[in-house]
Amino acid sequence: MGSRASSLLREEDIDEIKKETGFSHSQITRLYSRFHSLDKGENGALSREDFQRIPELAINPLGDRIINAFFPEGEDQVNFRGFMRTLAHFRPVEDNEKNKDMISGEPLNSRTNKLHFAFQLYDLDRDDKISRDELLQVLRMMVGVNISDEQLGSIADRTIQEADTNGDMCISFSEFTKVLEKVDVEQKMSIRFLH
Amino acid sequence: MASSIYFCLLRTVFLVCFVNPLIQGLSGDVNLVNDRRHQLGNNLTGLPIVTFDWHHVQTPYLVIIWVFVAGLAKLLVIELNHHVINVIPESGLLIMMGFILGGIVWGADKAQTFKLFPPTFFFYLLPQIILDASYFMPNKLFFSNLGSILIYAIFGTCWNASTVGLSLWGCYEAGVMGNLDIGLLQFLLFGSLIAAVDPVAVIAVFEEVHVNEVLFILVFGESLLNDGVTVVLYNVFDAFVALGGPRIDAVEISKGIFSFVVVAFGGSFLGIVFAILLSLLTRCTKHIQIIEAGFIFVVGYLAYLTADMLSLSAILSVTFCGICCQKYVNANMDEKSVTTVRHAMKVLANGSETMIFVFLGVTAIDTEIWVWNTGFILLTLLFVFIYRIIGVFLLTWMLNKFRLVPIEFIDQVVMSYGGLRGAVAYGLAAMLDQDKIPEKNLILSTTLIVVYFTVILQGITMKPLVQWLKVKRAAHSDLKLIEKVNNRAFDHILAAVEDICGRIGDNWWTRGWNRFEENYISWLLMKPKARKNRDYLFSIFHKLNLEDAVNYVSEGERQGSLAFIRSDEAANVDFKKQFGSEFTDVMPDIMVDMSNYELGIETFSVTSIIKDTIPSVSLDIHGQDRKNAMDDVNAHHLLQQHLYSSRKHHRHKYSRSHFGINQSENEVQEIFQRTMRSRLESFKTAKMGVSPAKKITKHHKKELTHKMANGHPDGTGHLYGDEVDSAVGSETGAIRGTFLRDTYTVGAGIENPVVFPDMDSSTHNSLPWLMETDAVAPSQRAQWHLPWTPNRLRRLAPMRISTYSTDSFLMADLEEHEEKPQTDHE
Repeated sequence: MGSRASSLLREEDIDEIKKETGFSHSQITRLYSRFHSLDKGENGALSREDFQRIPELAINPLGDRIINAFFPEGEDQVNFRGFMRTLAHFRPVEDNEKNKDMISGEPLNSRTNKLHFAFQLYDLDRDDKISRDELLQVLRMMVGVNISDEQLGSIADRTIQEADTNGDMCISFSEFTKVLEKVDVEQKMSIRFLH
Repeated sequence: MASSIYFCLLRTVFLVCFVNPLIQGLSGDVNLVNDRRHQLGNNLTGLPIVTFDWHHVQTPYLVIIWVFVAGLAKLLVIELNHHVINVIPESGLLIMMGFILGGIVWGADKAQTFKLFPPTFFFYLLPQIILDASYFMPNKLFFSNLGSILIYAIFGTCWNASTVGLSLWGCYEAGVMGNLDIGLLQFLLFGSLIAAVDPVAVIAVFEEVHVNEVLFILVFGESLLNDGVTVVLYNVFDAFVALGGPRIDAVEISKGIFSFVVVAFGGSFLGIVFAILLSLLTRCTKHIQIIEAGFIFVVGYLAYLTADMLSLSAILSVTFCGICCQKYVNANMDEKSVTTVRHAMKVLANGSETMIFVFLGVTAIDTEIWVWNTGFILLTLLFVFIYRIIGVFLLTWMLNKFRLVPIEFIDQVVMSYGGLRGAVAYGLAAMLDQDKIPEKNLILSTTLIVVYFTVILQGITMKPLVQWLKVKRAAHSDLKLIEKVNNRAFDHILAAVEDICGRIGDNWWTRGWNRFEENYISWLLMKPKARKNRDYLFSIFHKLNLEDAVNYVSEGERQGSLAFIRSDEAANVDFKKQFGSEFTDVMPDIMVDMSNYELGIETFSVTSIIKDTIPSVSLDIHGQDRKNAMDDVNAHHLLQQHLYSSRKHHRHKYSRSHFGINQSENEVQEIFQRTMRSRLESFKTAKMGVSPAKKITKHHKKELTHKMANGHPDGTGHLYGDEVDSAVGSETGAIRGTFLRDTYTVGAGIENPVVFPDMDSSTHNSLPWLMETDAVAPSQRAQWHLPWTPNRLRRLAPMRISTYSTDSFLMADLEEHEEKPQTDHE
């Protein structure tokens, strides 16, 4: 199965993805076979439905949001490169990478980019600010039904207060980064992909 | 409160009045056995109408009485736990109850007539517990952690045995224990029998301390698998002791090591053989469904005894029998038989466990066996405790280099503290030969004390210890609200991405195995009908995502309005009612699922899905709690309380007294509802076109693609902006098909302009599982013909006309030759 799937993936592609994301060759082929198995339509791209077919995501509070994170703005299909690009955010940070010269200037799995990924999960309208409403939505998704809207609103307000330094009642990305500086993001947002 | 006191009194009265005479009758001389005959023969003066004949029924009566008493003891203990204290674990209380009973018996008899005899224990009490444990074993979890479990079981037990034995011997040589007739070999023998972590005790205590599932499976799996090592070590050292010191050379030692391989693998292999036998049996029992449940127990017991006969590891045999046969047996047997088996297993296992603990207590009250040697006993306790801790930490440090999810510190503490010894150790000690091992009583006493210590003391202190540690850890970091929220969010994100990546275990091996298993093993061991149903189940599970949404709406239609969808109030689809409680068993199992579609549906049954899915959706509309605004402390507390737990916080999945899992089903239900709601809300805002029956899907797709080309459809500014895309892009194609059909048949005229602007009256087809009881009759084909399996799906793939699998389902209903014309429409 692995070999059959990877035969559809050309060496040049693998190399390009390797350069862009930093995954190793075997990791890429492994993830490709996973991509392939998710792709029921066998048309080389995943739709949202393919993701929704994973049962665990239905019972993950942020499941749908994460699915959306794979799809670029306005698009409905994600090809393998896009898939890998998103997954690259979750690659563990290795020390020897800090000196690598990447295309975007910073590897996809750097701390900043990981935080940016998380930030974008909250910030739906992509205005680089988490408004109170957006925060409220996320909170609502993550808590049980027994919390009233008022209570949740207070929590949201308090949360924004903790982070907001310029008083605009929104959390910008820099404020977000700052307030989470003590959190070990590298570890929390990393999956160890088997070699 | 009153009832428990009542029970207490009742029992003491019962015991004193009833059991006493029995015992005295028992301990009367043997001559009485012939009493009746004599009476009849010699003194018969008239026809005896009624005679009292104790000896006629003595043995079975005593057995049953003890079972009864043990049951009462358990009842009392549970009552106590509910009303009085909840500090001592049940097992501890049962042992104490045994003390009391033993005291009564001893008081009446001046001798302990009722001991826990090793044969009784090993043949009649232990097998069903192991069978129960393995039958309900969460397989996916077990096998994904098998490497770690094996390391702990094999190396951990060897480490424990050797270190305890050697240290004790060292102390003996140093003269701490005074004068004993013991040699190195005997110390090693003792070490091997005291080293093994006991499955019975572990389950009993861990049930009260809710730990996460990985930790649980590690300890539990270890306790089951270490029997292989224990048996070998015990037998090897027993033989060595018999041989005598000088005769042991390299050959014998290597034989010992080899015997480990034979015993362990032989036992497992035998278990697998019996599992195959059992599966084949259940495959053929279609016509004697009434007794097929019995086969499980019979064959399981056979596995145990056969392994014991061949001096292989009996526990391993039963373990693997249960683990391997679960899936096939559950698929093959009739639904009622499955339920019967589950209930009966739990009854037997619970009963045995109760009896074991009670008898462990009773056995203690016996002056004959007690030999007190302070040094020996205290040192044993110390070494057992310390070496367990060292062993666990050492092995974990090694394992964490290879594991994906490292085992945390607090888990290691719980693991080392949770290394309880139990009845197995006692049984092995009681089986020692007094002649070969003169200090048998000392060993026995020490074993008993170790068992009591671990079960009672460690059981009591386990919970507080865990809480203290957790609190301690949490106190270090005084997190802000936002950090907490984000931490939890990260957990969820990580879990989701892990699932998308298929988890680390999803490598070539597991997939290859899955395929092999699907094609060959299932073919052999499962009924053909069950196999088809299983494939159907895989597909249906996917459909459930969509289908649940559909039912949701249809139920709303039936209740008269879809207004609740539009509101922000939480309208609940009762998850449990909808899919039956089996589904909630399945769902969490799915969460630890390795591969895409192997759902490990242990307790699922197709008929329940088909029957129960339809009308039993219950919709409650919860009013929102209007509480006052709170202050700072409350915010943290509130958040802590109500945040959904992520996967790593979920509880373990095996329980002695419950079928389901202990975890928060409510949470799962809520999350599921929400996800469905949000996906559903996306449907309703999208324009729903209509098309004639069979071609619904494709036309929709055409419309969809057409719409999409123009950019986003109008989302009516609802919350989940992105989900609009998801609806338009994904499921609407097929789901609208079923959606429309169903809602039309149910609504029978109710049109909700928001959702269904245009309705086509010809959409009558309704798939069986979506049918409402008062629905318009579906087409015959749809009614009776189950959709095709995913195997076909894959073959359909090249001819697919849309990328939506559900299309294929609907289309798969058609005959094969009909597909060709369909493709032309694309």
